[in-house]
Amino acid sequence: MRIGSARETYSQDEALFDSHTKRVWLCVLGTGLVLFPFFAGQYWLYLACLVAINVASATGLNILTGYTGQVSLGQAAFMGVGAYAVAVLEKQLGTPVLLNLLCAGGAAMLVGLVVGIPSLRVKGLYLAIATIAASFILHFIFANWTRVTGGTAGLTVPPATIFGLALDTEFRLYWLIMPFTVLMLAGAANLFRTRIGRAFIAIRDRDISAEVLGIPLLRYKLLSFGLSSFYAGVAGGLWAYFFRSVTPESFPLLMSIFFLAAIIVGGMGSILGGILGAVFMTLVPEVLKLMVGWLPNASEAMVFLAPVRTIVFGALIVGFLIFEPHGLAEIWRRIRRFFHLWPFRS
Amino acid sequence: MPGPTANPILEIDGVTLAFGGVTALNGVSFEVAPGTITSVIGPNGAGKTSLFNTISGFYHPGAGHIRFRGDEITRLAAPLRAKLGLARTFQNIALFRGMTVLDNIKLGRHCHLHSGVLDALLYYGRARREEMRLRADIEERIIDFLEIDHIRNAPVAALSYGLQKRVEMARALAMQPQVLMLDEPVAGMNREETEDMARFILDVREEWGVTILMVEHDMGMVMDISDHVVVLNFGEVIAEGAPADVQADPEVIRAYLGSGNVAELRHRLRQAREAA
Repeated sequence: MRIGSARETYSQDEALFDSHTKRVWLCVLGTGLVLFPFFAGQYWLYLACLVAINVASATGLNILTGYTGQVSLGQAAFMGVGAYAVAVLEKQLGTPVLLNLLCAGGAAMLVGLVVGIPSLRVKGLYLAIATIAASFILHFIFANWTRVTGGTAGLTVPPATIFGLALDTEFRLYWLIMPFTVLMLAGAANLFRTRIGRAFIAIRDRDISAEVLGIPLLRYKLLSFGLSSFYAGVAGGLWAYFFRSVTPESFPLLMSIFFLAAIIVGGMGSILGGILGAVFMTLVPEVLKLMVGWLPNASEAMVFLAPVRTIVFGALIVGFLIFEPHGLAEIWRRIRRFFHLWPFRS
Repeated sequence: MPGPTANPILEIDGVTLAFGGVTALNGVSFEVAPGTITSVIGPNGAGKTSLFNTISGFYHPGAGHIRFRGDEITRLAAPLRAKLGLARTFQNIALFRGMTVLDNIKLGRHCHLHSGVLDALLYYGRARREEMRLRADIEERIIDFLEIDHIRNAPVAALSYGLQKRVEMARALAMQPQVLMLDEPVAGMNREETEDMARFILDVREEWGVTILMVEHDMGMVMDISDHVVVLNFGEVIAEGAPADVQADPEVIRAYLGSGNVAELRHRLRQAREAA
């Protein structure tokens, strides 16, 4: 049973981590993230970087779909814009890494704003279709604007270089990717403590009365699209530095569905949900690979890995929608409540 | 307070609103004097909520003018009217179900806050100061005043109907309104809750100096607390004046109860059929 968490000022009450216990666990997590690369092997570092990139992008989608209620299936394409922006800047101009990443976010944001314009008129499923259209258009541009994007062959990206140090191993990249993800997560969490985050939720819950309460719908829907695609753009930029090769096939529609699945499984409209969902969904295929490896005739079974992966993704989405619509974040809250109340049950 | 006043805070001037062939409002004109409680009453379908929706900017009237403190607002977008000081509650409670009571109330202040996206992402300096000031103001002036401090962290979906109505009023007060429009503030409430709400409405007027315009069916409350009553029927104003005068008006009695004259009713039905 947790008691004695009294707060004396409003700022204590509004803090993101409002109890001593939470702050201690946060420190533990922070230390863990700092020490992790010194102990983990290459495979685990690879996974950690991939997870961090996916968390950043899923959080962006969560701002738009989970908090503002605008269903989007364009997140992967926006990541593509960011990735190409980084590749082009790095190859053609050789500008600094941080600037490249910000430009990647900015470029994706501009594209996101344009894609968001129909959102004032079309909602729900129709908006989802409109964003699918946008992602096919972007795919077409990636494949055919050969002079800039290198066509179907794509572009290879030189390693990110900071202070003359080439970030060409997973260990070094971890120190670029993880801080970015942590900063972006902190930004998103802060956003929902202010007027702008509240306006997003109001639009999701009741757009018409939000307008009467003084929230201009188009401006805030566009703002949400812009922010979400900025996150996608930066995540895409990190992705480009991580995989060092960008092709039109790198960002398929299936990847957008992956991000939507991640926030559904994790919990829409919850920062923790975006994190848990992206971690879980990124690790599922790895676990599957591991399980297939245990089978007696593993090399033959590997052929079926891709279709099985798709089936498992689909089953997870349906399962969570039916049994746990608030996602992993809600399961987490239930576990916490259990320990807070223990030895009582309610 | 009968008759037009020198400086009405809200002026409805010949407002006509039609949906296809149905005329919801037909040349509706009346004025709301500052610092008063003005009630709009009328039978179901008389156009009361349409009138509210026109004033708050959902609908744009086909003809006529709406003036707020002398300024024309007929064509103004809804969010800008909110910023000017026109707040409202809704008949079928329009709280945001994904937010707590506190966040719902905070949302009301939206158009008076200034922090931008970057401030919000960093939550440092301006955004933080602004949010803390807002929290203190809401706690000390609104939550305390409406006696909802025990539910501030509750999700609104978990509240009783009466409390939800009160939270909706708190949110409207957070908008720092000059005119507060209440659409059926006591509909579906028991007597005790109705009395509480009537007391809050009177206190809002006294302590905050807010002008109140409300639609209500509870005649007891309307007659008790209103300064001015406007009666709508079939989209037209059929009477207005002090509560006692309106109550005695034969036209109003006819609208609510019918005249009791069968021949006249038959005549009216025939007219309606010919009109159709």
